[in-house]
Amino acid sequence: MTETTYNYKVVRQFAIMTVVWGIVGMLVGVIIAAQLAFPTLTEVLPEVLQPYLQYGRLRPLHTNAVIFAFGGSALFATSYYVVQRTCQTRLFASGLAGFTFWGWNLIIVLAAVSLPLGLTSGKEYAELEWPIDLMIAVVWVSYALVFFGTILKRKVKHIYVANWFFGAFILTVAVLHIVNSAAIPVISGPLVKSYSFYPGAIDAMVQWWYGHNAVGFFLTAGFLGIMYYFVPKQAGRPVFSYRLSVVHFWALVSTYMWAGPHHLHYTALPDWTQSVGMVFSLILLAPSWGGMINGIMTLSGAWHKLRTDPVLKFLIVSLSFYGMSTFEGPMMSIKTVNALSHYTDWTVGHVHSGALGWVAMVSIGALYGLIPKLFGREGMFSQALVELHFWIATIGVVLYIAAMWIAGVMQGLMWRAVNSDGTLTYSFIESVERTYPFYNVRLLGGVMFLFGMLLMAYNVWRTVSNAQPAQDVIPEAAH
Amino acid sequence: MDINDFRSWHTVVMLAIFIGIIVWAYSKKRTHAFDEAAHLPFEDDATHSATLKKEDIQ
Repeated sequence: MTETTYNYKVVRQFAIMTVVWGIVGMLVGVIIAAQLAFPTLTEVLPEVLQPYLQYGRLRPLHTNAVIFAFGGSALFATSYYVVQRTCQTRLFASGLAGFTFWGWNLIIVLAAVSLPLGLTSGKEYAELEWPIDLMIAVVWVSYALVFFGTILKRKVKHIYVANWFFGAFILTVAVLHIVNSAAIPVISGPLVKSYSFYPGAIDAMVQWWYGHNAVGFFLTAGFLGIMYYFVPKQAGRPVFSYRLSVVHFWALVSTYMWAGPHHLHYTALPDWTQSVGMVFSLILLAPSWGGMINGIMTLSGAWHKLRTDPVLKFLIVSLSFYGMSTFEGPMMSIKTVNALSHYTDWTVGHVHSGALGWVAMVSIGALYGLIPKLFGREGMFSQALVELHFWIATIGVVLYIAAMWIAGVMQGLMWRAVNSDGTLTYSFIESVERTYPFYNVRLLGGVMFLFGMLLMAYNVWRTVSNAQPAQDVIPEAAH
Repeated sequence: MDINDFRSWHTVVMLAIFIGIIVWAYSKKRTHAFDEAAHLPFEDDATHSATLKKEDIQ
């Protein structure tokens, strides 16, 4: 635990919690998927419990748990690891890094208590009330200090491209969170409540500037940081084109900022703003696919490794899902397509193509590569279980998104169908009834993905039990 | 200056910066530095195998 070894303690803590929170968040997802397939499900519970477990309260718990608890822990773990290894220096301010671990997990626990209680600011992906928002700001600024402090004391000349993506993610999320969470607290009775600082349409615009950049920087730039380290590492060869990664970085970070208005097509938002959002979303296809191609082509000349290495399968298939969802996203942002897709389950399918196919798969792949290194092991306890996890997860995602695509397009077509006299062909409830089979398929897909995570938990447990924490020695500066 | 003049210039300047980044990234001068950077994930490969060996001895 001196300056001669890397600080893996905080990396290990976050890596293990990634698996734990992944299971919790996906379990809540499976519960709400079951509630949609079986709407009276919650009524089997004692009446006193029912309000806390309704769909409306559990849904934000699911999104917060998978994005910020599971995804966030994966990002903390990998960024703390990658920044040390590629800067060849011990983490700056280890105590502060430990604080980010305990602080982040306290925030997650508070979210898991306050959301079922119905305490919410009502902003999607930013539901947590103001005292928790303040804590997030403190932890996040500490994270930035640790990360950029480590970059500053690096022993090598260059800042590896993965760190550029992690850095952009940390800085931007700080700005997004602080601006969007600006609220005026109201002390009403014993519980906390607040109202947004922004009025009307401006509030909606700020919310989706935040919401879309949470996708762009939290769920994209951060995980691209993971991709740019773990794909080359696992493939055993440097990234396909470092030049392309530089152009990829600047194009991606400067375009994402402007795409948010596509969440507000045909609303009170000024029409030109909607068009700006649509155009920038279309442009986004270029950097997104540039990055995907850069990742996948890293394997060129080593494709055979894909046949035998399940970790590489996770990483490369995650990039394929990334390519699919970043094609689908720009397409759905076109106003005329959005007129069909918005408010339907197509959106839900699109989100999960990104969240399960890209974010979860790349995190799982990275963790399978990372965990043995953190515990001084050659590899995971069972490669066969990793392989099994890969196939169960992949089939689960495909079932999930195919069901939601079909359901979404069907709903969109039913809602817009009109008779020759101008009346609606279908009532809303008819579209709900027709959706049931797809809700069942989606539930099956979700259960499969969750089951894969349980396999992972067992595999991780067997890998780390009786293992010594690795004390990797930092190389002497040779440059 | 009209706000729309500013917007037009802003677009032109951003495009010029973007082209500048591409020219810079793909210039021959950067080849060596980028190669060095691209190999950073492999520079300290020995540290993990050293840890594994050390624990074998114990």
